[in-house]
Amino acid sequence: MINQKKIQFITQKNAPWIFVLPFLISFAVFTVYPLISTVIMSFQDIAGFDDTAFIGLKNYRNLFNTQFYTALANSTVYTALTLVILIPLPMFLAVLINSRTTEFKNFFKSSFFLPALTSVVVAGIFFRYVFSAQETALMNNILIKIGGKPQKWLFQRGTTMFVLVLFCTWRWLGVNIIYFISGLNAIPQEQYEAAVIDGVNAWQKFWYITVPNLKPVTVYVVTISIYAGFAMFAETYTLFSSAASPGDIGLTLVSYIYLEGFNYAHLGMGSTIGVALFVIIMIINIVQLYFTGAFKKQGEN
Amino acid sequence: MKLVTKMVLTSAMLFASVNMVFAASKKATKLSFWTFQELHSGFMKDAAECWNKQHPDEQINLQVSVLSYDDLHNKLLIALQSGRGAPDLCDIEIGKFANYLKGKKPGLVPLNDVIEPEKDKFIIGRFNSYKKGNNYYGIDYHVGAAVMYYNKELLDQAGVDPDKIVTWDDYYNAGKIVKAKTGKPMCTVESTEHWSFYPLIVQQGGDFLDKNGKGVLDSEVNVKTLEFLKKLVDDGVAVIAPGGFHHSEEYWAFMNNEGAASVWMPLWYMGRFTAYMPKLKGKMIVRPLPVWKIGGARSAGMGGTGTAVTVQSKNQSLAKRFLFYAKGSKEGSIKTWTMLGFDPIRWDVWTDPAMKAPNEYTDYFGTGVFDMLYSIKNEILGINVGEKFPLAQTLVQKNVMFKVLGERSMTPREALTAANKQLNAAD
Repeated sequence: MINQKKIQFITQKNAPWIFVLPFLISFAVFTVYPLISTVIMSFQDIAGFDDTAFIGLKNYRNLFNTQFYTALANSTVYTALTLVILIPLPMFLAVLINSRTTEFKNFFKSSFFLPALTSVVVAGIFFRYVFSAQETALMNNILIKIGGKPQKWLFQRGTTMFVLVLFCTWRWLGVNIIYFISGLNAIPQEQYEAAVIDGVNAWQKFWYITVPNLKPVTVYVVTISIYAGFAMFAETYTLFSSAASPGDIGLTLVSYIYLEGFNYAHLGMGSTIGVALFVIIMIINIVQLYFTGAFKKQGEN
Repeated sequence: MKLVTKMVLTSAMLFASVNMVFAASKKATKLSFWTFQELHSGFMKDAAECWNKQHPDEQINLQVSVLSYDDLHNKLLIALQSGRGAPDLCDIEIGKFANYLKGKKPGLVPLNDVIEPEKDKFIIGRFNSYKKGNNYYGIDYHVGAAVMYYNKELLDQAGVDPDKIVTWDDYYNAGKIVKAKTGKPMCTVESTEHWSFYPLIVQQGGDFLDKNGKGVLDSEVNVKTLEFLKKLVDDGVAVIAPGGFHHSEEYWAFMNNEGAASVWMPLWYMGRFTAYMPKLKGKMIVRPLPVWKIGGARSAGMGGTGTAVTVQSKNQSLAKRFLFYAKGSKEGSIKTWTMLGFDPIRWDVWTDPAMKAPNEYTDYFGTGVFDMLYSIKNEILGINVGEKFPLAQTLVQKNVMFKVLGERSMTPREALTAANKQLNAAD
C-alpha cells in the first residue's frame, strides 16, 4: 500500500516540475520578491526598517536631475565603448588562437582569462596607483619617457573614461575570447573546405563563413555586455575608493544608486534609480534582440 | 566494568568542559568595535586593557575591526536597517552621523545616563553634533580645533616669522615671499575634500547649513572665502594637494619631502604627521589660524567621530560605561592627547600637568602645542549639523571644490549656487 503511494507522488507528469522546484523557489525569493519590493520602495521615503512613508511619484519627479543625466551619459558611453572594443577584438583573437598554425593554445587561453579571476578591489587599487596624477606614477612615467605629457588621469572626464574602458578590457577580454572559441568549434568544417575549393582567401573565409556562423554567440555576448556595461560599479568604486567621484566623472547608474541609497541614506530614491535602470536595460536589449532577429521564427533570416 | 569506566570518564569530561565554558564566559564579555581610522583602534584596545585592570569582575574582550570609511558607514547602515550584524560599539564620522538618526527609532542607544553626571565638564558643542531631540548618541574623540602647521625650517630660509602672520592678508604676503625665496608654495589646498574650505568659513561664522538645517552654501562669506582660496592657487601661493586631498598617500610623500611650507588642518592631523611624515620631525610648529579681521576667531571645531552604542548590542550597559570610561573619563580624556594627539573634550583636563609631559607629539612638534591651544580655547567655533549634512559635505567636496579648483570649470559663486540649489532641492 505504502509503496504505491510513494510512486504516485513523483509521476511521469510532475517529475519535471519537482526537479525545477529548487530553481523556482530561489528565483521567487531572490529575484521576483526583491524586484517587487524595489518597485514598492521607489514610491516611499524610508527612514528606517518599519518607518516608511508613501510619497507617490515624488522620487520619480526628483529623478530627472543633472546627476542622473551625468550617470546615464557615463554609463551609455562606457557601454558603447566596451561593445566596440570587446566584440571585434576577442572575436579576432579567438580566430587567431584557434587557428591550426598556433602553438601553445592553452597558454594563450589561460593568460587572457586570468584577469577575470583577480579580485576587482585589488585590481582597482593597482589601476588607481598606475594612473595616479603624479609624474612618478607608472603611466605618466612611461608617457614622459616617450615624449608625451603627464596626465591628470582620474581628475578629468575623458581620461577617466579611458582608464575605465581599459580596466574593463583587461578584465573581460579573456572571457569573451572563450565564448567565441566555443562558438568557433561549433562551425562545421565542410563550409571551410567548400570555400577553399571555391578559391576564397583568409579574409573572405572570416567574413563570409566565420562571422555569420558566430551570430548566436555574438548576440549572446552583446546582450550580456549591454547588461554588464550598464551595471558597472565595482571598477569605478575601487578606482575612486568611493561612489562619489570628483565632479561625478566616474559616476555610473549603479554608483548613483549606491550614492543615494547608502551615502545619503535615501533608500527610496535609490530604488527609483534601480527601477529606471531596469527599464533602460530592458528597452535596449529588446530593441537589440529584435534587430538581430531573435524574435523571428527559426529559418527566417 | 569497562562500561562503567567509560561512563565515568565521559561524564567527568563533560562536567569539566561545561565548567570551562562557564568559567570562560565569566571571564570576559566580548564587545565588538568597528572603526575606519586605524589610529583609533590602538587607543580603544588600550582603554579596554585599563578597564580590565580596574574592573576584574567585568572584563571586556574588545574585538576591533578596521574597515574603510565608506565600507564601515554603509555596512553599519545596512546592519541597523535590517536589524542584524551591527557591532556593540562603532565609530561614526560626523559627516555621516545624521544618516543613523533618521526615523522614529534610531538604531543607536542614548548615552544620557553616562554623560549627565559630568556634563558640565565637557565642551558641550561637541556633543550637540550627535544629538537628536534630548538624546545624545555619540561621544567624540576631540574638539578638533583647526590650526596652521608651519615648516619652521622653510620659513626661516625665506626669512618669514610665523608669529608675525596675524591676518590672511599677512599670510598671502608671506606666501609670496616664501615662493620667491625658496621656490616652494606656501601651502596646499584640497580639490576633492573640504578641509581647506570649511574651517575658513566657520571661523567667520559661515557654514554649510543654517540653524534649521537648511542649505546656505551660497552665502557671501562662503563665496568670498572660496574666491580667496582660488586666488592663492592662481597666484602660486598655494598648489593643489597631490592626490587631491590631504589624506592621500601621494600627499604624504610630497609633504614628507618638504613640498610646501605650511598647511592648515584640524589638530587631529598631528597623528598623520607623526605616522606618515617622519622626516619633518622637529621642523613643524603649530600656530592658530590667521584671522580675516583683527579680533576674529582664530580657529573652528572641525571633523569629529562620535563613537556610539548600537541597539543590537547584547551588553548595552557595559558598552555604554566602557565607552564613557574610554573617552569621557578624566583618565581617558587625557589619553586622547597623550596617545592620539587630540584636543580633549573635557576642559577640566586642559590644565592637567599630563598635557605638558613629553610624548610622541611633543617630541615631534615641541612642548608648546597645548599652551597655544589653551590661548584660543574660546575661539573654537562650532558648526550646524542636520539631516542634510552628509549631502552638503559631499557636494562641497566633489562638486564645489573640484569644479572650482580642480577642473576650473566654474567660478566660486556659480559652483556654490548650483550646489546649494541641489542641496535644498532634495526635499
